[in-house]
Amino acid sequence: MSFESYLSRGDFCIPECISCKRIVWPPSEFCNHCFGIVSLRKGDFEGKIVEFSKQNDEYFCLVEFENTIRIIAKISMIPEIGQKVKISKCGISNGNYLFYVN
Amino acid sequence: MNNMNKVGIIAYGITPFTKEDKKIESVLLKSTKNLFENNPNIDRNDIDAVLVSTNNNSKYLSPILSEMAGIQPKIAHSIESLCNSGTNSIVSAYSYIASGLADMVLVAGAERYDSPGQILEWDNSRGEFKHPIFWASIFAKSYKREYSISDEQLALVSVKNHKQAKENPNAISDKTYTIQDVMNSKKLTEDLRLLDCSRPCTGSASIILVSEEKVKKITDTSVWITGIGQKTTSAGFTKNTSLSSMESTKAAGQSALKMSNKDITNIDVAEIHDAFSVCEPIALESLGFSKLGKGTDMIKELYDTNNFKINPRGGLIGSGHPLGATGIAQTIEITQQLQSNADKRQVDDAKVGLVHNMSAAATSSTVLVLEK
Repeated sequence: MSFESYLSRGDFCIPECISCKRIVWPPSEFCNHCFGIVSLRKGDFEGKIVEFSKQNDEYFCLVEFENTIRIIAKISMIPEIGQKVKISKCGISNGNYLFYVN
Repeated sequence: MNNMNKVGIIAYGITPFTKEDKKIESVLLKSTKNLFENNPNIDRNDIDAVLVSTNNNSKYLSPILSEMAGIQPKIAHSIESLCNSGTNSIVSAYSYIASGLADMVLVAGAERYDSPGQILEWDNSRGEFKHPIFWASIFAKSYKREYSISDEQLALVSVKNHKQAKENPNAISDKTYTIQDVMNSKKLTEDLRLLDCSRPCTGSASIILVSEEKVKKITDTSVWITGIGQKTTSAGFTKNTSLSSMESTKAAGQSALKMSNKDITNIDVAEIHDAFSVCEPIALESLGFSKLGKGTDMIKELYDTNNFKINPRGGLIGSGHPLGATGIAQTIEITQQLQSNADKRQVDDAKVGLVHNMSAAATSSTVLVLEK
C-alpha cells in the first residue's frame, strides 16, 4: 500500500528507504538520496511544533517529526513553540492531505 | 565564462497591471506590440528566439506569440517556474546569446488574474494550507519572534511600496495608505492583513536581449546583464531550513554579485520580491543590504527620506503580481533606472541595479545584476 492509501484510511506512516535507511519526505516511491525502494514505517509518532499562526479561530502549525518530516497541521489548543504533539487525525480530502495534531 | 558573449537589454514594452478578463494570448501580445511600437528600428527578422514566461495552462504560446507578432524565430518555447518564471526566462535568453546560439531574443511574460501558478498543488506537506498566505504567515510569525519586530514595522513595507507605486503608471494600485490603514485592512490570518499581500493580476511585460555585437548596431543606451545567480533549495515550503531568512536568495545573491565583481554596497537601486510585506526585510537581509533583523530599520529610513532605492516601481505589493510578467517588469524597472528614464521614480545617479525574483516561499531565487 502507498503512503496515500494509508493516509486516506487515517494512518500516518513514515516513509523510509530500505537501502540507506533515510527518511524520504515528501513521500515518494524512491529515495531522493540513493533511489532505493521506500517502505512505510507505522507508529504513533511524536512531533514538535516549530511555528504556528491562526486563521479566524483556528490555529495551524508547522510540526516536525524525527528531525526531518515537516507538515502543516491544525491544532485545537493554543500552540507553543517546541510543544510535543501527536497526529490525532489525518486523511485526504479533495486531493489535499489533512493533518490534525494535539 | 570569459569566452561568453556579453548580453545587453535594448528594448522593452509593458502593459498596465489590471484585473482585466482577457485571453492570455491577447495579454501577451500587448506588451510585445508596445515594445516594437516604441522601437521601430528593431527588425523582427533579426529575432532568433522567442521565450514566453507564464504559468497559464494555454499551450504553444511562444509560436502563437511569434505568429501574432510576425516573427519566425529559430527557437521558440515557454518557461514556467511559478513566480520567478520571468527572470528564469531572462537567464535562458542570456544563455542562448552568451553561448552563441542566438544574437537577439525576445522574452515576453504574461499572466491572468486567475493564474494557476498561485497554488503549488504538489506540495502536500502543507496539508490544507496550500495558499501562499499560510507560508507567509509562518514566515511573518517566525521573523517577528526572532527579531522582536512588530506588525506595524512590517506594515510600513506596504505603506512605502504603495506610495512608490503611485508614481508608476502601470501599477494596479494608485492609492496611498497609512500604517493604520494597513493594520485595519482585512485580517487574513493572525500575522497577515490584506494590505500586506501582493495581488494576482493581469498584465504583461516584454524585453529584448542582444549580443554585444548586435547592441552596437542598434543603440548606445544598452543596459548590460553582468551578474546572474540562481538557487533552488527545494520545491516544498516545509523543506525551508530557516523561516526568518531566505537561503536560496542568499546563495543566488552571492553568485550574482561574484559574477559581476560587485559588492552589495555597489548596488544603487533594487527590485525586491515583496510577495508579502515580510518578504522585503527578509530579502534585504539575505542579500546583505542590511544586518539580520535590521531590514525594517532600512525600510523606515528609506521611507522617511523619500528614497526610492528599494522597489521604486512599488514592488509586487504596489504594482500587482502577474506571475509570469513580474520578473520581466522588475528588470524593465532597473533598466529604466539605469537609463535615467524612470521619471518621478528615478533614483539619483543609478549605475548598478539588482533584481531579486523568487518562487514558492523562497524555495527558488534568481538574482540579476544590471549595469549601464
